[in-house]
Amino acid sequence: MAAPRKAACVEIGGIPIALSTDDERFLELLRQRYDGFLSSSRPEFELEFDLTSAGPVSDDDVRVRREGDEWLLERGDFHARWDPRTGCGTVRQNANPYSLDSVLRILHSLILAQRGGFLLHAASAICDGRAYLFSGVSGAGKTTMTRLAPADVTLLTDEISYLRPSADGYSAFGTPFAGELAKAGENCKAPVSALFFLEKGPENRVDELSSAEAVRRLMRNILFFAEDQGLVEKLLDTACDFVARVPIRRLTFHPDARVWDEVRNFQGVPQHA
Amino acid sequence: MPENCIYIARSSAIAARALAGEMMVMNSVDSTFFTLNEVATAIFQAADGHTPLREIVRDRVCEQFDVDPEQAQADAEQFVAELSGHGILLVSNQPLASETPR
Repeated sequence: MAAPRKAACVEIGGIPIALSTDDERFLELLRQRYDGFLSSSRPEFELEFDLTSAGPVSDDDVRVRREGDEWLLERGDFHARWDPRTGCGTVRQNANPYSLDSVLRILHSLILAQRGGFLLHAASAICDGRAYLFSGVSGAGKTTMTRLAPADVTLLTDEISYLRPSADGYSAFGTPFAGELAKAGENCKAPVSALFFLEKGPENRVDELSSAEAVRRLMRNILFFAEDQGLVEKLLDTACDFVARVPIRRLTFHPDARVWDEVRNFQGVPQHA
Repeated sequence: MPENCIYIARSSAIAARALAGEMMVMNSVDSTFFTLNEVATAIFQAADGHTPLREIVRDRVCEQFDVDPEQAQADAEQFVAELSGHGILLVSNQPLASETPR
């Protein structure tokens, strides 16, 4: 007789998703991994995990495309289907937490794209009640910025920032998706005050970016995988809207704690305010 | 029709937005992202599938920008080849149906 399925509801960015499995150990793994993001809310979406029929792992790159009404999410280590009409999907993978993280990130990126939000390759943190985002190429200093943060700063993530539109701009949410810090962010949110593109330098300084340059840098750091004309159109609109509503600057910084004074004292306005 | 007549049209598999004189273009197949400068934007916007590239360069580039016509034509052909390689523009020696609204 098949074991009964059990579920844990993981709520990231205010979107509760039930993750169900008949494997007790996998259930325990995901409860530990998303501790702090477990929720008793009614799930908006559900993913059923099948760990028994996962094929051999390969090096195939991620591919996300529509097949009829469903989304097909594939990579060498997972194969998933998700129907946005019912909100339900199935995932075939091994009991690998990195595969699980990837499937969740992709699913959130699809949901967010429809709702005018996005996932950004950026660290984010709350300082004095406002969220600040720190993006840039690998090695630009995202993890360094989070390590230098004063004690009163709340870390939302050191790797993947979660952004949704709000009445007065955008809100940043904490995520469990950790980078080098190997530490999940806090499960809270705050209105976004600024996005800084990081560069290391001899001194701390904040420079303007043209709106075109801001969109260019933003688009290069948004996590988006879907081969879909409609979503790409929406994502580009969202990026332009974000640039018009959130101050975006280049932050050149010398890696010591004084850079946070620069952040705390920042009083910028959007490029197109 | 001259033998070297080139027609260009925007692909339907892209999203494009104009911002501060530059065109942002994203390919929906592989999510590659491009920004076009003013001259490239003028060519891209005129890529209706039935206006020859030489005419676009003459009317949209040489008329509006201070450039040498021969150099402009060579640059335009190089730009068109590059964007065609990324699936942003369709190129033919016959008129094409434009796939996206301007």
